[in-house]
Amino acid sequence: MLLVHQFLEDSAKRCPDKTCLVFQDRRLTYSEVEAQANVLSRGLVQKGVRRGDRVILWHDNSVETCVALFAVLKAGAAFVALNPAVKRDKFLFVAQNCRARLILTSDGRLSQVRDGLWEACPEAQVVTVGDTSPSFPKVSSYDELVSCHPASPPGVRCIDRDLAGLIYTSGSTGAPKGVMYAHHNIVAAATSITRYLGNTPEDIVLSALPLAFVYGLYQLLMTFLVGGTLVLERSFAFPLKVVEAMRRERVTGFPGVPSMFSMLLSLSPHLLTLPDLRTITNAGAALPVPHIARLRGLFPHVRIYSMYGQTECTRTLYLPPEELDRRPDSVGIPIPNEEVFVVDEQGNEAPPGEVGELMVRGANVSLGYWENPEETARTFVPGRLPGERLLRSGDLFRRDEEGFLYFVARKDNLIKSRGQKVSPREVEAVLHQIAGVLEAVVIGVEHPLWGEAVQAHVVLDRGARLNERSILGRCRASLEDFMVPQGVVFHDALPRTASGKVDYTALREGDRTTRRNPLRPIHGEGYYGRDSRDHTPVYFR
Amino acid sequence: MGEIRGIIRRFILDNFVYLEGGDQGLKDDASLLNEGVLDSVGVLSVIGFLEEMFQIEVEDHEVVPDHLESVDAMVAFVQGKLNGGCPEEVHSDVRDCRVA
Repeated sequence: MLLVHQFLEDSAKRCPDKTCLVFQDRRLTYSEVEAQANVLSRGLVQKGVRRGDRVILWHDNSVETCVALFAVLKAGAAFVALNPAVKRDKFLFVAQNCRARLILTSDGRLSQVRDGLWEACPEAQVVTVGDTSPSFPKVSSYDELVSCHPASPPGVRCIDRDLAGLIYTSGSTGAPKGVMYAHHNIVAAATSITRYLGNTPEDIVLSALPLAFVYGLYQLLMTFLVGGTLVLERSFAFPLKVVEAMRRERVTGFPGVPSMFSMLLSLSPHLLTLPDLRTITNAGAALPVPHIARLRGLFPHVRIYSMYGQTECTRTLYLPPEELDRRPDSVGIPIPNEEVFVVDEQGNEAPPGEVGELMVRGANVSLGYWENPEETARTFVPGRLPGERLLRSGDLFRRDEEGFLYFVARKDNLIKSRGQKVSPREVEAVLHQIAGVLEAVVIGVEHPLWGEAVQAHVVLDRGARLNERSILGRCRASLEDFMVPQGVVFHDALPRTASGKVDYTALREGDRTTRRNPLRPIHGEGYYGRDSRDHTPVYFR
Repeated sequence: MGEIRGIIRRFILDNFVYLEGGDQGLKDDASLLNEGVLDSVGVLSVIGFLEEMFQIEVEDHEVVPDHLESVDAMVAFVQGKLNGGCPEEVHSDVRDCRVA
């Protein structure tokens, strides 16, 4: 396989009548998805999308998002998978930054950004998914676009060095950076991951992960690569509904993040009879050890994979399931066809047991950041062979004598919450825009399920009438959910070091009182109380 | 009934939406999940709130869209729980949190 859209095209040739996508009450075969992607692809070309252009997919998990992803690639363009929870300002930044040729979104989202969109992106066409028929120039409806084209591919030639996709991630400066994937990066990563997971055409994978994040995106890509079936869910908000779908569809693979497993484990065990399940994967943040034990007890026949990665290279490490009991705190070894090094400050390989930065070498390492040579040069450094580049992960690791790797900490000030990097600067910028906020600093505090939670430290102007709720409300209006602080600590003045800089150590020390877990406890364990702010159950670790 | 609605609206508005122009933007029949107001963590937080505020117990099988998708759904669900097997008094906090 050379190109990403060939994942679909080849499976459609091999098994045209096989169900490949189940979403709500819709079931589609490979030939149906292939035909729809071809039709839409021709529609995109007709709207002016050309080879190398960027097309933003700003939409929920849906059949249309899956079809559009392949349609964009068939047109020779690159998809920009954007979290549907992204708010107006960030959307406009991304649209302008990538100079989007076309945006696929919902009517509701379009109405939030309509007044600024064409200033940011004068050439952009918009395609809206949904019932309302739009009546603006440069806006057309998805249904209209797919109603008037033949179902043969548009015949745009591209090669595996071409840009296939951009996914934006937080940068330390606060401005999001678009990670660039060529087709060959995605083909390499998907091939490697499906190899160690042992995926086959018999796999039926249920994913409630957002398609806009690499972990969710790859569920679609890998399932189509191996010719399996993807059962796609909008969200994990109603876990029992998801479990019922798993049972009904005889799901064999379930990829999750710690908060999902926590919600599953809060259900009564008799609801969790899943005889067909064979594989569970975890990424985003480390799974707490009690959760691993509980999952092992509930699903003794299931292989559980702990995994680690980052947007810049998709996946870096995985722990072979047979090692899980022996080293539950390790995230394992490099994925197939990739190697990693733990290096010290001088760039020399650190001996086992010593802490250093994890460096990644492999075809899965992306091309860098879109039109951002400075950040690219900082993170993607010259490798061993001419022209080759290694990824500096920004994460500190140690390696044991047998080569298994253990996460220690992040090297920079980025917060890693719910598997996503959060730039303190980006959150602080929002806080500073609130009238009445004099000073604001954001830190990451340890969280049992999310890795870290975002915490704001704020000094108010004299007489300002702001409280935690009003501040968090403003954050919610501007930031994606994983970036919104979980709490605000008010100060008369921020603690400072002798040199006058904000004393982050003092802020962190001040937090070490209780560790809160805003999720339900494992079934059978008692609540220890409620969070006074949002009334969620709390238990102490 | 109006009281329950007011309390639930206040909680959603205080915790999940920020509307410059007041409370009018929150439609009681709108799917809070489809509108992006609630995510999975948000639903948990709503359940915790409903359980404590109305002294009800939300069972695993009741955590479904029919009961929690919209303000209307939540009101009907809480109403049903209060009228059903669990005739306890509404928590005294209700009066403190009443919305005009």
